[in-house]
Amino acid sequence: MKQMVHRLILALLLAAALPMTALAVEPDEMLADPVLEARARELSKELRCVVCQNQDIDSSNAGVARDLRLLVRERLVAGDTDQEVLDYIVARYGDFVLFKPPFKPETYALWFAPGVLLLIGSAAVALIVMRARRRRNPSALSDEEEAAVNELLARGAKE
Amino acid sequence: MVRLLAALPVLVAVVFGAFLLWGLNPNRDPSSIPSVLISQPVPQFDLPAVEGMDVPGFARADLVGNDAPVIVNVFASWCVPCRAEHAVLTRLVRDENVRLFGINYKDKPEDARAWLEELGNPYEKIGSDLEGRAGIEWGLSGVPETFIVGGDGTVLFRYVGPIVGEEPQAQFRAALRQAQTRAEVGS
Amino acid sequence: MIPEIGHFALALALALALAQSVIPILGASRGNLVWMRSARATALGQCLFIAVAFAALMRSFVVSDFTVRNVVENSHSLKPMLFKIAGTWGSHEGSLLLWVLILAVFGAGVALFGSNIPAALKARTLSVQAWISVGFLSFLLLTSNPFERVFPPPLNGNDLNPLLQDVGLAMHPPLLYFGYVGFSIVFSFAVAALIEGRVDAAWARWVRPWTLAAWMSLTAGIALGSWWAYYELGWGGWWFWDPVENVSFMPWLLGTALLHSAIVTEKRDAFKSWTILLAILTFSLSLLGTFIVRSGLLTSVHAFAVDPERGLYILMLLGISIGGSLALYAWRAPTMEGGGLFRPISRETGLLVNNLLLAAATGTVLFGTLYPLFLEAATNEKISVGPPFFNAAFIPMMLPLVFIMGLGPFLSWKRADLAGVLQRLGVVAALCVGAVMIVWYLAEGGPLLAYISLAIAFWLFFATLREWAGRVKLFEVPFAESRRRARNLPRAAHGMTLAHAGLAVAMFGFIGSSAWKSEEILFVQPGDMIAIAGFDVRFDGAEKVQGPNYIADRGTLVVTRNGEPVTTLYPERRVYPVAQTTTTESSIRSNMAGDLYASLAEPASQDADNAGAWTLRILYEPLVNFIWLGSVMLVLGGGLSLSDRRLRVGAPRRAAPAPMHATPAE
Repeated sequence: MKQMVHRLILALLLAAALPMTALAVEPDEMLADPVLEARARELSKELRCVVCQNQDIDSSNAGVARDLRLLVRERLVAGDTDQEVLDYIVARYGDFVLFKPPFKPETYALWFAPGVLLLIGSAAVALIVMRARRRRNPSALSDEEEAAVNELLARGAKE
Repeated sequence: MVRLLAALPVLVAVVFGAFLLWGLNPNRDPSSIPSVLISQPVPQFDLPAVEGMDVPGFARADLVGNDAPVIVNVFASWCVPCRAEHAVLTRLVRDENVRLFGINYKDKPEDARAWLEELGNPYEKIGSDLEGRAGIEWGLSGVPETFIVGGDGTVLFRYVGPIVGEEPQAQFRAALRQAQTRAEVGS
Repeated sequence: MIPEIGHFALALALALALAQSVIPILGASRGNLVWMRSARATALGQCLFIAVAFAALMRSFVVSDFTVRNVVENSHSLKPMLFKIAGTWGSHEGSLLLWVLILAVFGAGVALFGSNIPAALKARTLSVQAWISVGFLSFLLLTSNPFERVFPPPLNGNDLNPLLQDVGLAMHPPLLYFGYVGFSIVFSFAVAALIEGRVDAAWARWVRPWTLAAWMSLTAGIALGSWWAYYELGWGGWWFWDPVENVSFMPWLLGTALLHSAIVTEKRDAFKSWTILLAILTFSLSLLGTFIVRSGLLTSVHAFAVDPERGLYILMLLGISIGGSLALYAWRAPTMEGGGLFRPISRETGLLVNNLLLAAATGTVLFGTLYPLFLEAATNEKISVGPPFFNAAFIPMMLPLVFIMGLGPFLSWKRADLAGVLQRLGVVAALCVGAVMIVWYLAEGGPLLAYISLAIAFWLFFATLREWAGRVKLFEVPFAESRRRARNLPRAAHGMTLAHAGLAVAMFGFIGSSAWKSEEILFVQPGDMIAIAGFDVRFDGAEKVQGPNYIADRGTLVVTRNGEPVTTLYPERRVYPVAQTTTTESSIRSNMAGDLYASLAEPASQDADNAGAWTLRILYEPLVNFIWLGSVMLVLGGGLSLSDRRLRVGAPRRAAPAPMHATPAE
C-alpha cells in the first residue's frame, strides 16, 4: 500500500502536469524527414508510457515519455526497422510497453480468442439453423411433400 | 448436452470471478512493472562524474568483476522521497559493509552538489545522467530505484520507490543478505 | 441536519427494499394478490426516499456544506454552480448514490407503468430488483456513506479535478448510468421469468420498452463521454479502448444484441433461452464494469478511488447476482421450449448472425480487457492490451455485421427470397461503388481499409433508405400514397430505419476522422502563419485571462481560406491554483465537413531559440461531427421505437380462460 502511494508520488513528480493534458510531441523533437517522423509518430502510438495510467508516449507529457520519443527517433535515424525499434525498447522495459501484445505462447489465448469465439459461434448458428429446418411441425409440409403437392396441382390444372 | 451448454455461462463466470478475486489482493500493485533486468547482466552505460564533485564517474566496468554484491541507487535532488531514503542508504553502507554506487538522474550538477553536501555522500562513485539515457538503459520509470548487482555484474534485485519504512527496509535487507550468501556459497 | 435526513432516508429505503425482496415474490408463489401488490408501494417508497437522499447530498454541494466529507473532497466554493451540482455524482460515493437512485427509478417505473404486465411476473420482477437494491444500498450505507461528516470543517473544499469541470462530462454519468443501471430491470424481468418458468412472446413485448429506454440512454452516455474526450483531452481522439470505456461499451453491444434477439422472441416465439441469457449477461457486464472501475484492479485514466476492500464487497455482490442468475439459468433454461421453424435464408438467420457477431465482439473486448489480469495471475508477467489489438480484432467482426444490417431488413420471416432481395439491392450496390469512387477522386487516395469500410458504410446507408423506400413504395405509387403509407407504418419501423441509417452516418465520421486526419505541430511566434487542410492560420500571440477558478494563457488564431476570413480560435492553457493542475482547453471550429482543432502549450524546453514561443498543435478532422450526428440518430431511432403504440395499446395479454357465461346477443 505504502509502495503504491510512493509510486504515485514518483509518477506525479516525473510528470510535470497531469498526464491527461495532451499536446505532448514537441516540435523540437520532431525529425526533419517526414517519412521517418511519420514512422516515429506511429510507433509512439504503439508504445505505452510506463509512468502514466494507460497512455501512449505520443500523447503523454511525462518526462520518461519524452525521453522515449527521442529514443525512438534516434533509432529510426540510425536505420532501425520499426520492429527493431520496438525490440530495443522492449529489451529495456519488457512487453508491458507494447500496446499490441506480442504473439508468443503466453498470448496465444488472447490472439486466438476472437477467431475461436467466431468459430464456436458459427458452429452454434449452423446447428440452430439446421435444426430449425427439420423442426417438428405436423401441420406444415416438408419440402418433398410441398413439391409433390405442387406437382399434383400443376397436373390437375393441365387436365 | 443442452444442460452442459446452459451451465457454461455460470462456469465461465466462476472462473472469471476467481481471477478477479486474485486481482483484489491488496499487496498487488496494478501499475508496477516487473524489471526485465533481473538475472541479466548490467546494461551498457558510461557516465561522467557530477561536475564539480570530487567523486569519480560511474560505468558498467565498475560493476563487473567485484567480489561481493553492490548496490546501485538512482537518485536526484528534486526527488523528495530520496531525502528520507538517503539516511537509510547511509546506514546500510555503514552497517552491512556494502559498496554503494549512485546514478544522479536528470539533475543539475549544482543542485546535486548542494544536496549531497547537505546530506553527506555515501556513494563510492556517482554517474551524472543529465539526459536520462542511462535511466532508460536501466529500465527506469521513476526515481528512486535501487538495484542489487552481483559481483559478476548480474542484476539480482530491483526495488522501486524509496526504501523508507520498516517493511521496505526489511525487504531490501533480506534481498541483500540473500545476494551476499549466494555469493559466498558460489566463491 | 439535512445530511442526516439524507442518511436516514437511505436507511428507510433499505428497509423498504428488504421488504420488497421478500413479500412480493412470496405473494407470487402463493397467489396472494395483496402481497404482490405491496411491491408498488415499496417501489415507489424506495424511489422517494433515495430521491430525498440524493436531494440532500445535492443541497450540501449547492450550499458548499464543508462539514460533509464528500463535499470537502469534491467541491470548492469557487466552483461554478453547475459543477457544484455535478459534484453530487462526481465521486465514488455520490455516483453510487446515483446508481441506487436509478435502480429505484426503474423499479418505480415498472410499478407505475407496467399496468399490462401480469401481477405475478411484475411482483417477481420487482422483488429481484429489490435484491439488487438491497445489495447496493447496504454497500452504500456500510462502506461508502456519502453523508459522513468531518469535524472541524475545513475552510474550503479540495476542488474537483478541473478536467471534470465541463458540461459534457457533468451530464455523462447520469445518462450513462440511466442506461447501464437501466438494464437492471431487464435483468430482473429475465430472472423473474426463469423463476416463473415461462418465457414467451408476451414477455418479450413487455420487456421491450425498458430495454429500449436503457439502450437509448447508454448510447447517449457513451457518445457524450466520447465527445467530451474528443474536445477536452486535446489530441482529437474519441475512443481509446481504455478499460473503463470498454466496460461501458460491452453492455451496449450485448444490449443491442438483446434488442434484436427479443424481436425474434416476440414475433416468432424463438431464441427464448438466448434472449434470457442476453438479458442476464447485459446487466452482468454493467455490474462487472462497476466493479472494475471502483476496485483498482486495472490501471486506467478513468478509474475511481482505488480501494480493494470496497472491491471485495462489490465482488461478493457480483458473485451472488451474476453467479446466482446464471446458475438459475443453467437449471431452468433447458426446460424452455425452443420454437421457430425457419429457413437458412430468412430474417431469423440474419438476426442470429447479428447476435453471433455482436456476442463474439463482446467476448473479444471482455477477454482483451481482462487478459492482462489473467496473464499476471497465471505467470506474474505484465503485458498491455491496447488499441492495436482491439482494432485488429473488433473491426473485422463489425464490417460483416454492418453489411448484413443492410441486407437483413429485406429478408422476410421464416423464408426469404434471396434472389428477389439481391435484385432490389442491385441499385444500392451500384450507388455504393459510385459513392466510393467519388470519395476516391476527392480525397486523393487513402488507406485501403478506409475505402472498404466506407463502401460498407455506404452500403448500409443506401440499403436502409432503399428498404424504407420499398415499404412506402416510393416512386412506384403517387407521392401522396407514399406519404400515407409512411404515416401508417408502425413507428418501430421508422425507428429501425433511423437507427440503422444513424449507424452508417456515425461510421462515415469514424472513417473520415481516422483515415484522413491531418496535423501540424510547430513552435509559433506572434505573426507566424501555418497552412493546414486548405486553411491559413495566423498566430496573433497569447494573453493572460482570468477565469472563475483559474488563470489562463489564451492564444489568438486567425483562420482564413483563400484570403476569406473563416473564424478565430482561442485555445487556452489553464492553471487551477487550488487543485494545482494545468489543463489544455482546445479551440474548435466545427462544421459538417470537419473540425479545425487547435491547442496551445508552453514548449517543454525553453532555450534561446524558442524563448517567447508557443507550441501550437492544429488538427483537421474530416467528418468527425458525423459521429455525433449518427449517435443522435441512433438515440432518436430508439425513441421512435419506444413511442410505438403497439408497445402500450396493443400490449398482449396472455390467453385468458373462456368466460363461463356467454352474454346473449341483442
